[in-house]
Amino acid sequence: MRRSLTPSSVKKTGAILATAVSAALVLSACGGGDSGAADLDPEADLTQQSLTVSNWAGYYPEDMAAKFQEAVGAPMTITNHATNEEIMAKLTAGGDSGIDVAFVSGQFAQALNEAGLIEQINAEFVPNLSNLYPEAQELAYDPGNKFSVPYAWGTTGICYRSDLIDEPTSWNAILEPSAENQGKVTALATERWLMLPAQKALGFSANTTDEAEMEQVKQKLIAAKPGLLAYDDTTFYSRLVSGEANAVVAWDGWCNYGTAENPDIKFVVPSEGSDLWADTMVILKTSKNKEAAHAYINYILDPANHAWVAENILYNVPNKAAMDQVGAALAESYPPMGVTPAQLLEGEGLVDLGEAGPLYTKIATEVTSS
Amino acid sequence: MRNLGWLRVPFIFTYAFLYIPIAVLVVMSFNASKSPFVWTGFSTQWYTALFNNELIRQGFINTMIVAVGATILATILGTLLAIGVSRYFRSAIVEAYSLAPAIIPDLVLAIGLLAFFALVGVTLSLFSVLLAHVVFGMAFVAAVVIARIGQTDSSLEEASRDLGAGVVTTFRKITLPSLAPAIIAGALLVFTLSLDEFVIAYFTNGPTTPTLPIVIYSMVRFGVTPEINALAALLLLVSFTIVISAQRITRLTDAV
Amino acid sequence: MSASTTQSGRGAARRRALTGRAIFAGPGLLYITLFMTIPVLLVLVYSFFQRGRFGGIVWEFTLENYVRAFEPVYLNVLSNSLVIAGTTTVFALVIGYPTAYAITRLPKRWRTVALVLVVLPFWTNFLIRTYAWIVLLNSEGPINSSLVDAGIISAPIGLLYTPGAVIVGLVYAYLPLVILPVYASIERLDRQLIEAASNLGASRVRAFFDVTLPLTLPGVMIGAIFVFVPSLGNFVVPELLGGGKTVMVGNLIRDQFLEARDWPFGAVLALFVISLLVILFAIQAAISRRINGTGKRYAAKQVTHA
Repeated sequence: MRRSLTPSSVKKTGAILATAVSAALVLSACGGGDSGAADLDPEADLTQQSLTVSNWAGYYPEDMAAKFQEAVGAPMTITNHATNEEIMAKLTAGGDSGIDVAFVSGQFAQALNEAGLIEQINAEFVPNLSNLYPEAQELAYDPGNKFSVPYAWGTTGICYRSDLIDEPTSWNAILEPSAENQGKVTALATERWLMLPAQKALGFSANTTDEAEMEQVKQKLIAAKPGLLAYDDTTFYSRLVSGEANAVVAWDGWCNYGTAENPDIKFVVPSEGSDLWADTMVILKTSKNKEAAHAYINYILDPANHAWVAENILYNVPNKAAMDQVGAALAESYPPMGVTPAQLLEGEGLVDLGEAGPLYTKIATEVTSS
Repeated sequence: MRNLGWLRVPFIFTYAFLYIPIAVLVVMSFNASKSPFVWTGFSTQWYTALFNNELIRQGFINTMIVAVGATILATILGTLLAIGVSRYFRSAIVEAYSLAPAIIPDLVLAIGLLAFFALVGVTLSLFSVLLAHVVFGMAFVAAVVIARIGQTDSSLEEASRDLGAGVVTTFRKITLPSLAPAIIAGALLVFTLSLDEFVIAYFTNGPTTPTLPIVIYSMVRFGVTPEINALAALLLLVSFTIVISAQRITRLTDAV
Repeated sequence: MSASTTQSGRGAARRRALTGRAIFAGPGLLYITLFMTIPVLLVLVYSFFQRGRFGGIVWEFTLENYVRAFEPVYLNVLSNSLVIAGTTTVFALVIGYPTAYAITRLPKRWRTVALVLVVLPFWTNFLIRTYAWIVLLNSEGPINSSLVDAGIISAPIGLLYTPGAVIVGLVYAYLPLVILPVYASIERLDRQLIEAASNLGASRVRAFFDVTLPLTLPGVMIGAIFVFVPSLGNFVVPELLGGGKTVMVGNLIRDQFLEARDWPFGAVLALFVISLLVILFAIQAAISRRINGTGKRYAAKQVTHA
């Protein structure tokens, strides 16, 4: 074994690695996006396909898998991811991730499509697409829902304890907290939503790739850091419930979780404006169960099912037929669920940043490590 | 204790520091309140909730598959390696190389394996986690067994070989029985390590088969729930049982 | 015995040694090479190439990843990590050394019990041990509420989500790794040397600093490395107890691989951790070699001078 450490054999190992590496390169170059919709077999026996779906933890009704199997016949496993980035890493690591349908935010679906990793949606197999709001069929990241189908949509705002503080009107309630709120506010940690409050407070686009603008965003966020309790995108609403925090940056639906436990917890979109995000369902190219995958998306878009999802996750679903059923009732307890698609569209739709991705990553590191 | 003098202060501090957090978790696991901070009364509801938690149950099964598989492979390979290293190589470099997987930072091993599996096209799954756990597990078994070989007398083996017994026969009849306690201790060590291992599993696991530590990680990230307290208490019980039985088996008074 | 039989005997012995190596060590060494050495070399190789836009590697040689590591933002993370890991190590030694010393002074039967009690928490799930501190340090948690009840503070103070909380979590995670090697080195110490020193009139403090401490330095170094290196690479504790406000090298490496999908840069950072480990072990080996020589010589000189 001592011999294996000599320079010549290290070189040899290097050569073997380089060969293996170039082979992998050639293979991966054969990928690439194509525009044709998935070629599906209408006669496929769905009971012979088993579906693996990755969704955010707690972002679907608990008995979803059982209900789906009962209705469609295909057995289903649901696994969880915590963030878009986490599932993206798994999907882009190369090879078959074993996932058929993944839930990702719109701008990530766009990136997956450009990377040639996801299938085009075959609309013939998803007749329930017509249940979507017209607005939900023309979202910026994927006009016409060619490769993704929206599952839930909403905006980002401030979730706060109305019994403890006045209604915040500006993102600066978080970025420049008053004395009583020092150390009692949290911000989201994932890149795009970490930037959002500062981008909007400064009057910039949430999709800006301008370096000078992003420099200002960075400075504002660095200045805001000492006033924060933590960066948090998973437990912020429970911090409001427990009283650790007075106001947190939150997605509308997760604020509703807080409201469910304490009606004094309210949601507000600051006056500077906010984003319009959509969480979508995409089908992986590597899936061997594409018919079942389409059937699953169609199953979700069924008005009764999508309404059931909305009642469970307390997020707005972009399904007109479903919201007509339950929207009004839900809005009584959870005002954010009463917004109309037109109101939602006032938010700026998030799109993939392309080459500017690493800039955001670097600024995020500069802010959190400052 | 009496003759420790002022050393009693750091001594007591250390044990308080080590055990108070654990004690708080165990006590809070019987708390009736959903808040993990405020005691409102005795209840075993969190244990019931725990047993009905499908994610945790699946995670536990996955973890057991990996831990059992890794323990078997690592014990066999590690024992053989230890004998090979101390009986046939007698080289400090080879010994260091054999033990390196136990010392290398887990994060570095984890990303290396992630890159390696992606390159050679191994689909990430429980199997890739198992392969990864065998590497460091083997090194720990080898370390324990090498230490034991250092304490045992090699004359019996030499006698056996001088009498014409082959390498394999000598191993089966002489070496193995004398090393049995160390091998069992090593196996228990790997089993416990694998059971709790998070970083490597987090990187090398497929998306559909979370092990228990990965499930715990996402639970902890998604907030404090008393179910974790109940899980903590149960895992403590399991770990303590294993460690204490390992102690009993080996009576390792010196080699702890 | 004729020369030829000796020759063939030696040949047989060599054959046996080779068979033994192949049968016993072969599979294990092969396995380690395949699943540790090659992966780590792969990290080294990746560090010289470019990232793909959607992750993965573009096979164009570059040194840019190394240059990037010297950008202020990353240097800042590196130095922060060194400070936090260093502070953690100092605290662990300050707590761990006297504890290990105390254990060696216990009656033999209790020594084993004390050691097992040090190790036991280490065998419980690391994440759960970290989680315990979220509960303890929380503004609504037991430490804050008892301080308020005792009237020491008027309102809960921010203990959690600070660098201090990260250090407490890391010390808690790795303390046993200091106590064990230090215990072993004190235990191995020749008591006669210390007795000799005190017989010669050296005060206990003198005896400790002149004899005990130098002679146990190798164990201290091992303990320090066992705390320092994993602290540096830890990403869970900064995340859970630092509230995302403390970023360490471990977080940065994790993020490059699992979020930013920039493997080459993550590889450079990982190599930094590995080289630090190698350097520290080299220093430890040097100290240990010197102590084995000079320490004993020093003590012997003291004795013979008497």
